[in-house]
Amino acid sequence: MFVPALVVTAGMFVIAPIFIALVRFEGTMGLVQKIFYFHFPPAILMLGSAIMSGVASAWFLAKRRPSADHLALAAAELTVLFGVITLVTGPLWARKAWGVWWQWDARLTMSLLLWMIFIAYLLLRKYGGPGSEILSAGLAVFGMANVPFIYVSVNVWRTIHPKTTVVPTLPVDMGGALWFSVAAFVLLYLMLLTARVRLEQQRAAVEQIYLQFEE
Amino acid sequence: MKPLSVFRVIDMKISTVGFLILLIFASFGHQALAQQPQPPAGGTPPQIEGFVPVDTLPPSEQLPAARLVIAAYAFVWLAVFGYVWSLWRRLAKVEGELQQLAKRAGANTR
Repeated sequence: MFVPALVVTAGMFVIAPIFIALVRFEGTMGLVQKIFYFHFPPAILMLGSAIMSGVASAWFLAKRRPSADHLALAAAELTVLFGVITLVTGPLWARKAWGVWWQWDARLTMSLLLWMIFIAYLLLRKYGGPGSEILSAGLAVFGMANVPFIYVSVNVWRTIHPKTTVVPTLPVDMGGALWFSVAAFVLLYLMLLTARVRLEQQRAAVEQIYLQFEE
Repeated sequence: MKPLSVFRVIDMKISTVGFLILLIFASFGHQALAQQPQPPAGGTPPQIEGFVPVDTLPPSEQLPAARLVIAAYAFVWLAVFGYVWSLWRRLAKVEGELQQLAKRAGANTR
C-alpha cells in the first residue's frame, strides 16, 4: 500500500506544477501569486497536524496508550515541518505583494507562536528525560487550542492577510489547481506520518528488547 | 425656593467645564485643519497619497517575482527532501539496531 501511494503522490507532484503554470495570473499580483499553490496546502496541514497531535496527546493523557503517543509525536514533527514551509513561503510572497517580508499581525504572529509551541514540544521530548511525554502531551493540547484562533484571526482582527473567504470564491481553474495541490500535499503528509509513526514503533520495540535483556 | 444639593452643584460645574473644554478643542481643531497643507491643484501627488502603482516604478525598484517564486518552490522541496532523508536515516539506524538485538537474543537463547 505504501509503494503505490508513493507512486501516486510523486505523480501528483509532477503534474501539480504544470497545472499551476497553466492557471491564469491573478490580476493585481501577477506571477508571485503562484506561491499561493504551495503556501496554502502546507498552512492547512500545519493546522491539521497540530489538531492531530493535540487530539492524540489528549487520548494519551486519558488512556496512556503508547500508540497515541507515537501518533502525537509524529504529528508534532510534521507540524514543525509544514510550519516552516508556511512561514518561509509566506514572506517570500508577502515581500512582493505587501512590500514587507513580515507583519506582526494576528494571523502571522499566532502561526509563528504555534510553530514555536511545537518546537518546544520536540525539544521537551528530546531533552526532557523520563516523563517528558506526559509534559509534552499537555503542551500539544495547549498548541491545538491555538488553531481555531489562527483560523478566525483574519476575519476577527484587522490584518493585511487575506480572509478565509478568498479560497471558496476562487475561479474554477485557480480553485482546481489549488485543490489538486492540496490533495498532493495531503497524500505526502499521510505518507510521512505513516513513516514517522513506524520509526517510533521501532524505537519502542528496541526499548522493549533492552528491558527484556535487563530482566 | 428649594436650595440645590451639593451633588447637583458639582454636576452643573462638571458640565460647564466639559462644555468649555469642548469649545477650546473645537476652536483648536478648526485651526489645525486650516493649517494642514492643501493638495495641489490637479490631484494628490503619489508621495502624499502613499501608494504608487507597481508598474509605474522604474525597473531598478521592481522586485523580480520569478526569483521569489523559484525560491519558494525550491524551499518546499528542500524542506521535504531534507525531512525524508532524516527520516530514512533514523529508520535505517533503528532497524539496524533491531536486527542486531534480534541476533543477540537468538544467540542468548541457543
